[in-house]
Amino acid sequence: MESRKVTKTLEDQWVVERRVREIYDYFYSISPNSPSDLIEIERDKHFGYLSQGLRKLGPSFSVLDASRPWLCYWTLHSIALLGESIGGKLENDAIDFLTRCQDKDGGYGGGPGQMPHLATTYAAVNSLITLGKPEALSSINREKLYTFLLRMKDASGGFRMHDGGEVDVRACYTAISVANILNIVDDELIHGVGNYILSCQTYEGGIAGEPGSEAHGGYTFCGLAAMILINEVNRLDLPGLIDWVVFRQGVEGGFQGRTNKLVDGCYSFWQGAVVFLIQRLNLIVHEQLGLSNDLSTESADDSSESELSDEEEHLEGISSHVQDTFPLGQAGACQENASHSPKIADTGYEFINRPIAMRPLFDSMYLQQYVLLCSQIEVGGFRDKPGKGRDYYHTCYCLSGLSIAQYSWTDEADSPPLPRDVFGPYSKCLLEQVHPLFNVVLDRYYEAREYSQACETVSPLSLAPTFSET
Amino acid sequence: MDSCEVTKTRIPFKERPDWADVKPVPQDDGPCPVVPIAYTEDFSETMDYFRAIYVADERSTRALQLTGEAIQLNPGNYTVWQFRRVVLEALGVDLREELKFVDRIAGENTKNYQIWHHRRWLAEKLGADAVTNELEFTKKIFSQDAKNYHAWSHRQWVLQALGGWEDELAYCQQLLEDDIYNNSAWNQRYFVVTRSPLLGGLVAMRELEVNYTVQAIRASPENESPWRYLRGLYKNDTQSLVQDSQVASVLWDVLTSQNSHVHALRFLLDLLCHDLEPSQELKSAVDVLTPQSCSPDLALTKKICSILEHADPMRVKYWNWRKSMVRVQLLQSQNAERLANLSVQE
Ligand SMILES: [Zn+2]
Repeated sequence: MESRKVTKTLEDQWVVERRVREIYDYFYSISPNSPSDLIEIERDKHFGYLSQGLRKLGPSFSVLDASRPWLCYWTLHSIALLGESIGGKLENDAIDFLTRCQDKDGGYGGGPGQMPHLATTYAAVNSLITLGKPEALSSINREKLYTFLLRMKDASGGFRMHDGGEVDVRACYTAISVANILNIVDDELIHGVGNYILSCQTYEGGIAGEPGSEAHGGYTFCGLAAMILINEVNRLDLPGLIDWVVFRQGVEGGFQGRTNKLVDGCYSFWQGAVVFLIQRLNLIVHEQLGLSNDLSTESADDSSESELSDEEEHLEGISSHVQDTFPLGQAGACQENASHSPKIADTGYEFINRPIAMRPLFDSMYLQQYVLLCSQIEVGGFRDKPGKGRDYYHTCYCLSGLSIAQYSWTDEADSPPLPRDVFGPYSKCLLEQVHPLFNVVLDRYYEAREYSQACETVSPLSLAPTFSET
Repeated sequence: MDSCEVTKTRIPFKERPDWADVKPVPQDDGPCPVVPIAYTEDFSETMDYFRAIYVADERSTRALQLTGEAIQLNPGNYTVWQFRRVVLEALGVDLREELKFVDRIAGENTKNYQIWHHRRWLAEKLGADAVTNELEFTKKIFSQDAKNYHAWSHRQWVLQALGGWEDELAYCQQLLEDDIYNNSAWNQRYFVVTRSPLLGGLVAMRELEVNYTVQAIRASPENESPWRYLRGLYKNDTQSLVQDSQVASVLWDVLTSQNSHVHALRFLLDLLCHDLEPSQELKSAVDVLTPQSCSPDLALTKKICSILEHADPMRVKYWNWRKSMVRVQLLQSQNAERLANLSVQE
């Protein structure tokens, strides 16, 4: 046997594993039976850290001076996930500020007077949806935004981040996401996007930022979500994608972004949401596995027969949920055909209202444990991993991922999770639910959709929707 | 280091005679902005002057110099970068000088989208002349951070747009010798093997690559990267994969060793789902690993899932799901058979 050479990847990995193990050992030593009882979300501390950021940031934040709508989104969305509110004054200030970031020709820049950029447009629109007031939604110039999005379209089928900017899967997602949520999608906008994203799925199964690059959690979320929104998700190799993403959850409980990279709390959302999205794609997954969905009733009948009944014995003791893992033929699962195509403009709504016919394929409790014990910082905020400092980005995506994990066992949108599926004391830890395609709190999504539906679709766009007058 | 002149003794713009004609434009943050940043004096002033020339669309030498100062203060400001490109083009500046500027900024900002995008723009303008420099530059980045995502994207773009493929496979080889777990290097290897115009493509390279990968797997069977790479070598051609004796032999070697079996089992399961007819040796290797609680008559695929449920508890739900999928696949083929028999009888 050749002895294994210790490389940088292994060394770095061992350091992180040791740190995480120390943390888990400590918690299990002080409360061996129910360590999770000791854990809670430091709501007040997080709220303090977040609202402080909204009010004042130090000079070191100058490097984020072109990402201020992101700072808005990270803080506002985190606060919404905690179920907290910042009050009317600060809300109005936020609307006013974001309006100053809106370009006269549509889209939002990184700050007042900066060029419009797709990522900051996404952040601004999601911030305004999270604020949720009619004034917030009506401050978005949908007509101009549509022309901005169209201007960013590239010959490759993808989108450009800004005039003269880079083309990648992030740009596709952010463009499609805002177009969908604001009901300004049309065929011209989505033309070629599917081809571009498809060309970014790698031999590993995940999705890369550009064709040829390495499969990566952030881009995999963006690519998958965009494909669902344009109703072309059946073109991706989903079994391959599933096999890649489930292997990204590491011994620490959290997710890594790429194969053989280190765990990082922000992938709790990027990778966790990928698994969560897949739970609603079971019909397409079955189709791709060569399983015909209309066979479901037969298999349900047959499953009581001899050859299959040895199944249960090794399921016992593994998980109380596993019997539910394969509810082919359960009510609702086959009500619609996988190839059935909803109106493109409403794919986000149709998707969230599908019954979840597939149980989560990752360890949601262990993920929650990582976020709460390793990423959470006592004085407020979340971090990548032990040894790192907190920041608003990781706070937003650790909380978003935590929410995804908490709701991953629910059967349908709007139903609360069972206490056994939430790590830590239920009432203290339970977060608000997000719409997994847009990463905004679900209730705010519904409000925004109601508003956008009230506005006319693309041509001609109405600038004065009725909803804003109520 | 002459590049420090700006930061060392910065003279405010308002005291610079050549800027006397410019009226700075303050940021329109409104009366009560959210996420307000407590800018330093230098930062605010520089940006106020930048806004002035940006709004006036002044494509001048002093504008170019100003964008340089603004970028040093915040390399993430894409508006400044974009305007700098406009000015560079208008002035017809020697772009090799510009490359030096980017090199200076790049030092501490290897994960900044804007710098890499600017480099790509520059390299595109410089054409074939830029190849050596860009390949060397990314090499330098990888010596510090061998998995830098932006640097890999840049390198791939250079190869595809401008060439320079000659030594790329050897370079991947070297990086993998340094760190066989470097998945970015495996990904680059796949990129070269599938896209290099010099190598003849995936099918032509397959045998050599399988040899190499199988060796890497034998050396560290718990390393996920070569397993995924091996699968990738047979993308869209599972028929050949199923027939490759090297693959069957490495599977047997790993399954009968003391190493982690997870990836070997996962791979075997994949093959079986693609109609591999398993050898007796492979079957017995799986039997040895099968938990005693399993019925010996269980289908091989289901045995593998059961082993994995124990050996890989993190993914117990995944393996359980895979098992349930196998169950249905089995049922469907039984049904198909039954139907076929029926129609024969009729
Ligand atoms: Zn992170």
